[in-house]
Amino acid sequence: MQDQIFQLQYAMDTFYFLVCGALVMWMAAGFAMLEAGLVRSKNTTEILTKNVALFAISCIMYLVVGYSIMYGGNIFLTGIEGGETLVADALKASADNGFDGDSVYAGPSDFFFQVVFVATAMSIVSGAVAERMRLWPFLAFAVVMTAVIYPLEGSWTWGGNSVFGLFNLGDDFGFSDFAGSGIVHMAGAAAALAGVILLGARKGKYTTDGKVVPIPGANLPLATLGTFILWMGWFGFNGGSVLKLGDISNSNAVAMVFLNTNAAAAGGLVAALIVGRLMFGKTDLTMTLNGALAGLVAITAEPSTPSALQATLIGAAGGVLVVFSILALDKIKIDDPVGAISVHGVVGLWGLLAVPLTNSGATFVGQLVGAATIFVWVFAASFATWFIIKLLIGIRVSEEEEYEGSDVSECGIEAYPEFTGTRGSGI
Amino acid sequence: MKLVTAIIKPFKLDSVRDALSDLGVAGITVAEVKGFGRQKGHTELYRGAEYVVDFLPKVKVEVGVDDDKLDAVIDAISAAARTDKIGDGKIFVTELVQAIRIRTGETGPEAL
Repeated sequence: MQDQIFQLQYAMDTFYFLVCGALVMWMAAGFAMLEAGLVRSKNTTEILTKNVALFAISCIMYLVVGYSIMYGGNIFLTGIEGGETLVADALKASADNGFDGDSVYAGPSDFFFQVVFVATAMSIVSGAVAERMRLWPFLAFAVVMTAVIYPLEGSWTWGGNSVFGLFNLGDDFGFSDFAGSGIVHMAGAAAALAGVILLGARKGKYTTDGKVVPIPGANLPLATLGTFILWMGWFGFNGGSVLKLGDISNSNAVAMVFLNTNAAAAGGLVAALIVGRLMFGKTDLTMTLNGALAGLVAITAEPSTPSALQATLIGAAGGVLVVFSILALDKIKIDDPVGAISVHGVVGLWGLLAVPLTNSGATFVGQLVGAATIFVWVFAASFATWFIIKLLIGIRVSEEEEYEGSDVSECGIEAYPEFTGTRGSGI
Repeated sequence: MKLVTAIIKPFKLDSVRDALSDLGVAGITVAEVKGFGRQKGHTELYRGAEYVVDFLPKVKVEVGVDDDKLDAVIDAISAAARTDKIGDGKIFVTELVQAIRIRTGETGPEAL
């Protein structure tokens, strides 16, 4: 009877992990729609191609070596399906852990849940470098990022390994990042920042006397849909990171994480809505959308310990922060068409620093050391990778291609040929 | 005969059309146009930065009138299109040398 209960618990926790992974996979759709909405129509096909291709590349590279670097095990996932003693092993582990103890679940479900996080980190990059980064150099970077750069910092944090044998973030500093404000989001933003610095701003974005020239996105309904899809996928992102559903305290923790994730998104959205209205005199939709995402990023480092009110406030602080961050980055001519560096990087750091407010197991010093480790590694490794790609094959489209749009120069087809191209009106 | 060309705010088109119909004007021609006047375009806001839209959408109304109706038509368009805010538009009056109804071959005021 006990074994049968453990089998059921195994099945439930595995199922829950897989469903949460599928929800996170859907975030790739959210990023694709958000980015397609915030670029100009002439760059739509290209940004969509980047989004689908980076997802597939992330899945393959993490399968080849990434998972092995981050969590151990073999390359190409050999042996992940479990051996002949799978059932006996799992039952023994369940008995050792106890019914309320750590989760025991299928090995492949762990890979499936982890791989979609890699794709999320990589999706962050595509938005920031949109409208002027060439397609294939970007995909080359995606290979390095998802095979090595992300898995290595993941191994120092969730993987529990020491940083180049020097120190251990978990054991020595108590670094805590529940679902990846730093490990996933700030890491993606650090890679994006390195790319944007080497790439430069879109032509015409900043005047010589330092003014910012807005380049409005082509499709705000798509940007809004993308934000809602991300919001929904985030329940899997944070909810799944509890790692277990199968007992009362854990299922309650999952419920609390869902609640807090939603509350933080709402807090971030309302904060950005109000700040935008007060600062600009009009209500800025894209800033408001960034506010919701900022709330989600802010709560991701610790969605389980805050109260619902605290979660709302942590999200709201993220929503305020993101508006000022976007304006500040424009001041120093860091051109980020979708606000990815602000949403995921600046607010990701805020999320890490907010952990000690509600979780006494973490310290500000530990969180800062962890954040610095992630940022320095990902930024430096990404900068070197972008730089080498730039030397070898170049990373930016030509001035004429940028004017004509990367859809035609990179993909050979516009996203809306009947409206913007030569096939429509006949004029 | 005169050709009255009015540049008006797009949302005022229905009022102008009704006002002209009430005067017995038998036909008008309209077109969507863009331009600027003393208003000099307007500013829009995107992600905290303002930008200027140089040419604003307007509607151009053209109506051919007999000389004795000219003042009434001008008054009607002015009244119907006015909001007292900047950007209400302009009315131009030009000489109309000839008018021909293609179907019947009528010419002059009878063709209007």
